[in-house]
Amino acid sequence: MSEEKKKIMFTVRKPPHGTIYVYEGLEVKLIMAAYDADISVVFMDDGVYALKAGQDTKALGIKGFEATYGVLVDYEIQKVFVDRTSMEERGLTEEDLLVIGEDEDTEEPIRPKVVDSAELGAMMAEQHNILSF
Amino acid sequence: MKLAVCIYEGPYNHEASDSAYNFIKAALAKGHEIRGIFFYHDGVYNVTKLMDPPQDDRHIANRWSELGKSGIDIVVCIAAAKRRGIVDEVLVPNVRISGLGQLTMMAIEADRMVIFGD
Repeated sequence: MSEEKKKIMFTVRKPPHGTIYVYEGLEVKLIMAAYDADISVVFMDDGVYALKAGQDTKALGIKGFEATYGVLVDYEIQKVFVDRTSMEERGLTEEDLLVIGEDEDTEEPIRPKVVDSAELGAMMAEQHNILSF
Repeated sequence: MKLAVCIYEGPYNHEASDSAYNFIKAALAKGHEIRGIFFYHDGVYNVTKLMDPPQDDRHIANRWSELGKSGIDIVVCIAAAKRRGIVDEVLVPNVRISGLGQLTMMAIEADRMVIFGD
C-alpha cells in the first residue's frame, strides 16, 4: 500500500442514449471508485450530453441515469471534468450541466469542472490507464 | 510490457474482436505479457459455445478459448453477461464469468489497457 495510487481516467465520448455504452460505463465507474485508485472522469465530444440536466428517459422505456450522476460525489468520484470545446460546440453552458453532489460542509452544489483541451491533455498524460466509454 | 485488453463489441458484426485477437497474437509474438482479457458490453457474446459459424469461417469463440488454454485470464463481465443471457452453461472452456473488480485489477496492474470497440 506504500505505492502511490494508480491514476485511472474514464472518458465519456458517446451520446448518453441510443446505445448502452454510457450506461454500462457508469456501472464500471461506480465499481472502480470502490477500489484503491485515483479515479477521474472526463466528458467530451457527444459525451457532454450525458451531463445535461433535466433528461426524461420515460418515453425511451429505460431507467435513465441522471439520478446516479447526481450523486457521483457520494460514490467518491469527485474529479469530474467537461471539455469546454465539446460543450460550447453543442451550444451548452455550465448552467445546463447537472449537479454531481453537494459539499459536505457548505452544502453548496458541486458541478463538473469545465476545462480547456490543453489542460485535459496534460491530465491525460499523467494517467496510468484511460478507459473510454 | 504488461498489457490488458478490453473488448466491447460482439463477434462477426464488428471487427473489434478480430482486431483484439490479432493485436494479442502480435503482442505475444513480440514477448509482451497479457495480464488479462475482459469482455464488456456486447463483447460478452464472443465466448458462447452456441455460435456455429460456417466451416470456412473463423470460429471466434474457439479462438478465445484457445488463448485461455494457453494461460491468459479471460473474464466476462457478469453484469453485462446477465443482461444478454450469457451464463456459465454456454461458455466455451478456459473463460470465466466474474465482476468488474477484475477489470479494475487489470487496469491497475497492467502497464497499458487497450480497448477495442466503437
